Formats: sequence, structure tokens, C-alpha cells
Amino acid sequence: MNSAAGDTPLVTEAPAAARSPWRRFASEFAESRIAMAGLLLLAAIVVVAIAAPWLSPQNPYDLAQLDVLDSKLAPGEHSSSTGKPYWLGTDDQGRDMLSGIFYGLRISLSVGIASTAIALAIGLVLGLAAAYFEGWVDTAIMRVADIQLSFPAILIALILLAMMGQGTGKIIAALVTVQWAYYARTVRSAALVERRKEYIEAARALALSQPRILFRHLLPNCLPPLIVVATVQVAHAISLEATLSFLGLGLPITEPSLGLLIANGFQYLLSGKYWISFYPGLALLATIVSINLVADQLRDVLNPRLKR
Amino acid sequence: MSDSAPLLEVEGLRMHFFTREGVVKAVDDVSFRVERGRVLGLVGESGSGKSMTGYSVMGLVDPPGRVVAGRIALGGMDLASLDEKARRKLRGGRIAMIFQDPMMTLNPVLRIDTQMVEAVLAHQPVSRASALQRSREALERVGIPSPDERLRSYPHEFSGGMRQRVAIAIAMLNRPDLIIADEPTTALDVTVQGQILSEMQALCRETGAGLIWITHDLSVIAGLADDVCVMYAGRIVESGPVDEVLDRPMHPYTRALIDSVPSRNTPGRPLAQIRGMAPSPLALDEGCAFRERCARAIDACRAAPPVGSPSARRTLRCVNPAA
Amino acid sequence: MNASPPMIEIRGVSKRFEGRVDLAERAARLVRKPASDGSVRALDDVSLEVREREVVGLVGESGCGKSTLGRIVSRILEPSRGELFWQGRPYRDQAGAAARRERLAVQMIFQDPYASLNPRMRVAEIVGEAPVVHGIVPARQRDEYAAELLARVGLDRAAMRRFPHQFSGGQRSRIGIARALAVKPRFLVCDEAVAALDVSIQAQVLNLFIRLREELALTYLFISHDLGVIRHLSDRVVVMYLGRIVESGPTAEVYAKPNHPYTAALIAEVPRIEARHRTYVPIRGEIPSPLAPPSGCHFHPRCPHAFGRCREEAPRLREIAPGRHSACHLNEATP
Repeated sequence: MNSAAGDTPLVTEAPAAARSPWRRFASEFAESRIAMAGLLLLAAIVVVAIAAPWLSPQNPYDLAQLDVLDSKLAPGEHSSSTGKPYWLGTDDQGRDMLSGIFYGLRISLSVGIASTAIALAIGLVLGLAAAYFEGWVDTAIMRVADIQLSFPAILIALILLAMMGQGTGKIIAALVTVQWAYYARTVRSAALVERRKEYIEAARALALSQPRILFRHLLPNCLPPLIVVATVQVAHAISLEATLSFLGLGLPITEPSLGLLIANGFQYLLSGKYWISFYPGLALLATIVSINLVADQLRDVLNPRLKR
Repeated sequence: MSDSAPLLEVEGLRMHFFTREGVVKAVDDVSFRVERGRVLGLVGESGSGKSMTGYSVMGLVDPPGRVVAGRIALGGMDLASLDEKARRKLRGGRIAMIFQDPMMTLNPVLRIDTQMVEAVLAHQPVSRASALQRSREALERVGIPSPDERLRSYPHEFSGGMRQRVAIAIAMLNRPDLIIADEPTTALDVTVQGQILSEMQALCRETGAGLIWITHDLSVIAGLADDVCVMYAGRIVESGPVDEVLDRPMHPYTRALIDSVPSRNTPGRPLAQIRGMAPSPLALDEGCAFRERCARAIDACRAAPPVGSPSARRTLRCVNPAA
Repeated sequence: MNASPPMIEIRGVSKRFEGRVDLAERAARLVRKPASDGSVRALDDVSLEVREREVVGLVGESGCGKSTLGRIVSRILEPSRGELFWQGRPYRDQAGAAARRERLAVQMIFQDPYASLNPRMRVAEIVGEAPVVHGIVPARQRDEYAAELLARVGLDRAAMRRFPHQFSGGQRSRIGIARALAVKPRFLVCDEAVAALDVSIQAQVLNLFIRLREELALTYLFISHDLGVIRHLSDRVVVMYLGRIVESGPTAEVYAKPNHPYTAALIAEVPRIEARHRTYVPIRGEIPSPLAPPSGCHFHPRCPHAFGRCREEAPRLREIAPGRHSACHLNEATP
């Protein structure tokens, strides 16, 4: 009957394709239409931000190009000097709103992404170290993170900027200081769970070195929750920067970010010249919403408990 | 044997999952009966559809799964004709289910007495005091010492075996006619398993309830069940009284399963094994799902094997059985 | 009597897991000391020998410490007390080629086929990483070497480019075995290696273990709760309860005539296909929590033959017949 005492080599069933985790992830992400819409909007915003110098009718930072006689023109009106239309109007200094928004998006996105990336790198290393080495290393890192997280982010940023002054680099530094603790915490929880898993024990039995186990085995498996947090945090960083600029502590007036544009137009909001605040505000909203839509779907896709 | 309607009669049950990758026929033309006071063992490996059969009878199938055909009759009453409200009344009342993980029954944030009283009150209009008394008695019956103290505890304060006993007590609260147990002792130690099997046996004898015991462990079925159904890839391949099926198995899969148990083999020598693997549930066709691994496979196996009755109380789905 | 030293010897090993006490808890304890100190005595003075080419089966239920012992033998965990010897010499701690060879000589096969493979690595790398890192195989021959190993455990080369999630439980077990074999071990600790598998797949993997034992001259410490599997595979069996060894001896003898009451109860409880319509008479009581083990003999609250001394004094493991050991006061009681 079935006396095959020997082992017949098992031919593995050919799956549909040798699908790497990335391709599986991409197809699951694409299941949500709203998330895809968010992703498209975000992609459009990123393209606009990168191509700002070529897409903008005017360079809003070049004071020579500004004509103060064109100030506070409504959307669609034409320049008195060049005759070109201002699609979204101008602000109180004659700056074309459309160009201002393009360049502002550029700044918002680059500051948001740069600060997130640096904070992520720092938080990742510290969180991994805390989880792997435990003991006093863990206690030290986590208490510092706890203390920092108990202060409102705005407050810390304000204090730092008051001490350091203005400038893109300083804003990024402030945002990094505020954010690293989220990543450290997230990585630490994920690492604490993964550490106990048997593939890590197997790596130890195989006498692999500790750095190798940390970076080649532990780290890649702690990434999914980190990606979700990072995506949401980009939005958070962008809105934080906008708030700081709105309060006048962010970037200098000559390089307006979206926050500053909104601040500029604030005084005119109720006197009918809504476009100076409204359109930058809309651009900011669109950016943050699209990021959040993408992050929501990422969270669902990367959550192992929801696996079907 | 009584000739009144059997406690549970399942005929031609089909339950499918409609997934992105295709239709998975989790339960494919399953028919069996459970009599009052008797134990039916539903035996199979993972993917055989045994758990899904239990869920289908309970009406616990969620989308993308759906019961697409078949008759399920409890005491002669057709369950498909009932609406969801009526079915909910049955669940926990006349039919109860015990799961492999007791935490599927127990709410971790509620005390045991709260949960048990709730279970009683959902089905019977009695006073709280009376429901509490019932709960206390149920805990005693399943062999839990100092029940008053236990009633005031939370699930996490119990060990795995105790939790499962509490889950069984909850299942028995409303004196169900039928109990469906889905691998309740698989995750438990041997000694605890022995205790629980002994309690279930006693309970069924006392109350005359029918029991469906779902498991992959043939040895447990041997000791507990009166009748057995062997499942493979969603179909029942063989069924009958447990002594007949285990002593004279006719389906090659049943035979192979029995032969591969270590106690049937000479220690130290290779075990009689079934070659290959179970087919992917998406790749099933009309023919016998076991033919790729069967030493007795013939051409006729590619067509749907007919369900035969080699003797009065046995069924067999095979064209070339081991005689 | 064999004059050469046993392959692995464990002497007086104890393992205690401390409850994690942080600053806040420590402050609270200054005010009031809690009833237990939250530490678990997973192993209590365990001594064991495994000879070359032997298969020793380690059997017991939850909390008996068998998994902890397995991890200590394969050096994933350090013992709190006691010593371990590899071929007569103490386990080495330092770095260095000899110490590393010693570490690689003992490998472990894990229980959970889903958690024991890194989900983000391809099979070729899972199997081939360690031998390349340790210089057993040069990097450019890694894939060939991995393919040979996979063939040896019964898997097709096509498996190499795939990820763990694309395989079934039985196939993943085989990948785990290939990974362990890749560093050319002499001793395998199998920790419930077939527990999570279906019966028919279990038979395949057990046969694989039997075949590899012959082909590669391996020695096994086979840990399981399944008495049937242990009986089939092991030359000698060691029974554990709550961190202590209660009985050991040649498999056939222990199964035929168990000495310790726990062993006897365990063997009686195991369901067997031949036993129909059983009336179950189980051992009473629950397995105690390892946080608060009973005094004296750990089994006394549940033992049908317990008497006064059992509560006070823990019985020592004594040789009751050639090759057979048991830890029970009944063996000494004068009639």
C-alpha cells in the first residue's frame, strides 16, 4: 500500500509566481480605491513640488520679479505690467499665489521628509538597542523618550527655535528632536515581540554575530509598523512646520512656506481677499489628507492580524 | 436504536469560500447523522473541512464563506428555514459549541459569573439569583473546585485546562441537545485532556446530549466516539461505527492514516507514510482528491467517486477500496 | 561499559527566570514585600548524559522544563547553575575557531514552522547564510550547497528563490532542518519538531529524522509531549515534571513497566487507537504553576500513593535497576 519507507523528493507546488513580500504588498495596497486616490494626489503633489521651478509662472523668492503694484489681485486678474494672468491671485506683496504654493509645497515636503528621515534613523537605532540589550540601556533610552513625549511638541519646538534662531536647518533639527521618540518606542515594541521568535533563536544557535542578528534579522521584521508611523509623522511634521511658520518662528519671510503664506493672508480673510490664505490652506490640507489616506491603507495592509 | 428523527441530520452540505483567487470548496457534499446520547467523531487533517462543517451547522460562517447547498435538520426542524433571530436563539440554547481556544468563548475583561449569568439570561427568563445558582452548579459538574471563588475570577487567572472547563460549563448551562466540540483538547496536556474527556463523557451520559467531536487525533476518537466520519479535502471519504472503521478501514486514506500512527509501527523503523501533500483547496476537481497520493489509484478515480454503502451503517466514497 | 566520555553531559543544571523588576516595582517592594518573588524555577538540579549516536527522548507536560533544557543544551540560553560538557570538556565561552566549531556542532530544530524562519529572507539565504559566514562554504558556492541540502531533506531546488510564506508547515519544517544541517552538526536538539504538523506530514518528517540519523551519524535529544512519537524514535527516555527528572531508562522498559507514579499515569492516559469506548480515570488535580511548586516531591498533591515523607523531602534520582533511574520515595520504603 503505502510502504514507501524512503522519502520521495517533494516537488514544491508552483505558486502563482515567486511573489516577493513587496509585490504582494503592492497588490493588497491597491485594493482600496480611496487609498489609491490618495496616493495619486500625493504623487501629483510631490511631482509639483519637485518641478516647482519649471512649473511656476514666477519665482516668488526673487524680489526683483515682484511688482508691488500687483498686490492683492483676485484670482484670474492680470498683471498690470506683464499682462500675464495670476491664476490664484496675488498676496499683499505682489507674489503670485500659484507660484508661492508650488514653492511652499516644496519646502513643506522637503522639511517634513527630511526631519522624518533623520528622526527615523535615530529612533530606529535607539529603539533597537533598547529592545536588544535591555537592562539599563533600555531604561535610560525609554525614560528620556517618555519625558520628551510628555511635553507638547509645539512647546519643545518653540523653545528650541527661540534658542537657535531661524533657518531651514534649525527647523529640521527642532522637528527631529520632537519626533525621534515615537520611532524609538514603535521599534522597541516591535523588536521586543520579534526578539522572542524562534528565527532569532535559530540565528543565535547558528552562532551568528550580534550585529548581524540585529540588522539582518531583527530590523527588517520591525519595519512594517515603523513605515506606518513614519508616513503619518510626515504629515505631522508638515503641519508642525506650518504652525511654526504661521507663528512667525519658522522660515524667513523671503522663503515662505505654506504656513507663512497662510499667516500673511490672515488679516485679509474677513475683508474679502480670501485667496491669500485660502489656497495655501487648501494645498496644505490636500497634502496632509493624501498622506493620511495612504498611511491608513498602509496600516491595514501591514497589520498581520488582518491578514486574510 | 430509536426510530424517531435523529437529533441532527445533515444532508449534502456544501459551504464555499468565494475569494479573490477562486472558489474554495471547504465543505463539499457532506452528509451524516447524530443520534441522541451518542458521540460522532469528525476526523481529518488541516484543510479537510471538519471545522468548517461544525461552523456551518452552528451558522457561524462569515463572508467570504457561504453555505450554498444542503439540509441541516435539528430534531426534524430544518435550520435553513429559520431567520437569523431564530437561529441565534438556538445557539447557546439547543446547540452549543466549544472551541479549540477557550478565549474564543471567554471575554477577558468580564468576570466568569457575569459571563455565565449572561449566557443563561439570554435564553431563559429566570432571575439573576437563579442564573447564578445554575452557573455554580455547572462549574461543579465540570470538576472545578471551590466554584464560588472561581465565579468571581477573571479568565486570565485560570490555567489553559481550567479555562477550557469553564468554556465547557458555559456550553452546558442551558442543557443543549447538541454539542459541537472543535478540537477542544488539542492544545492541552495529556493529563488535562484525559480529565476533560472524562468529564465530557460523563456529561453526555447524564444529559443525553449528542456530541460531535472534531479532531485530527484518531486515538482520541477511538476512545470517545461511537461513530466516526473521516474527512479529506472537504468530503467525507468514509464513515461508520468506530469499531468497524478502525478495525476494517476500507478507504485507502483511512488505512494510511491508521498505519502511520507510531504505535502501529515497529519502533526505530521508518513509519508507513503517505507520500506527497494534500492538494491546494483551489485545485480540486470532481475526481477523488486523494488520487495523487493513493497507491490504489486507477483511471476511474478521475471521475467523481460515488458514495456507496458497503454495509448497513457504513458509507464509503471510493471506486477501488482496500477490501 | 563505554570508556569514552558521553557526547553531551549535563551536571546539576538549574535555571531560574527572574521576574523583571524595574525601578517602580523596586520602590514598591521597599514598602511591602510581595508573596512570591515572581521568579520561575524552570529547571532544578538536572543531570543527564547523551552518548554518541543515541536518541534520547525527553518527555513531559507544560512547565516541566524540557524546552528550557533543550535551549540550554544548544546554548541559546545560559544555565543559572551547573555545568555542561561537550565530549568530556566543559562548554567553551570564548571566541575562536575551536569554540565556534563546538557551538555549531549542536543545533536545534524548532517547533513552530511559521515562526522559526525569517519571513523576509529567501530560502537560499536562510539555509546558506550561516555556512558562508562561518567559512564552511565559499560565498560563490552557497546556492549549490543550499540546493544539495534541500534535496537531502526532500525539497526541490525551485524552493530556493521563494519565501517562507509560500510553503506549507511540513515544507517549512524541512527548510528548518536543512538550515540546521548546513553547519554540519553532530548533535540535534529537536524541540517538539513535529508537534505542529498534521499526522501524515508528521510521519514523513519523523522518517526524515530516522534517515538522517543513519546517513549523517547524528545524535538526537528529542523533546516532545507525544509519548507515541517518543516511543517510536528514542533509545532511552527521560521523563520530567516541573523542572525535575522523575524517571529515565531504556524506552521499551520504561513503557512496559513504569516505575514512577507520574510516568505510570502519563502512559495510562495516552489515548491509543486500540482502546475503544474508554472509561477515563484521569489523575486528579492540575499541573501546579511553576511559580509556586509544591514542597518536597513536586508530584505529591496528585499522587495516589503519596505519604508523609513525600511532602517534606524531595526524592533523589536513584538507580533502581541497571540503566534505570527513578526519583520516588516508594522505591526506598521498606516493606
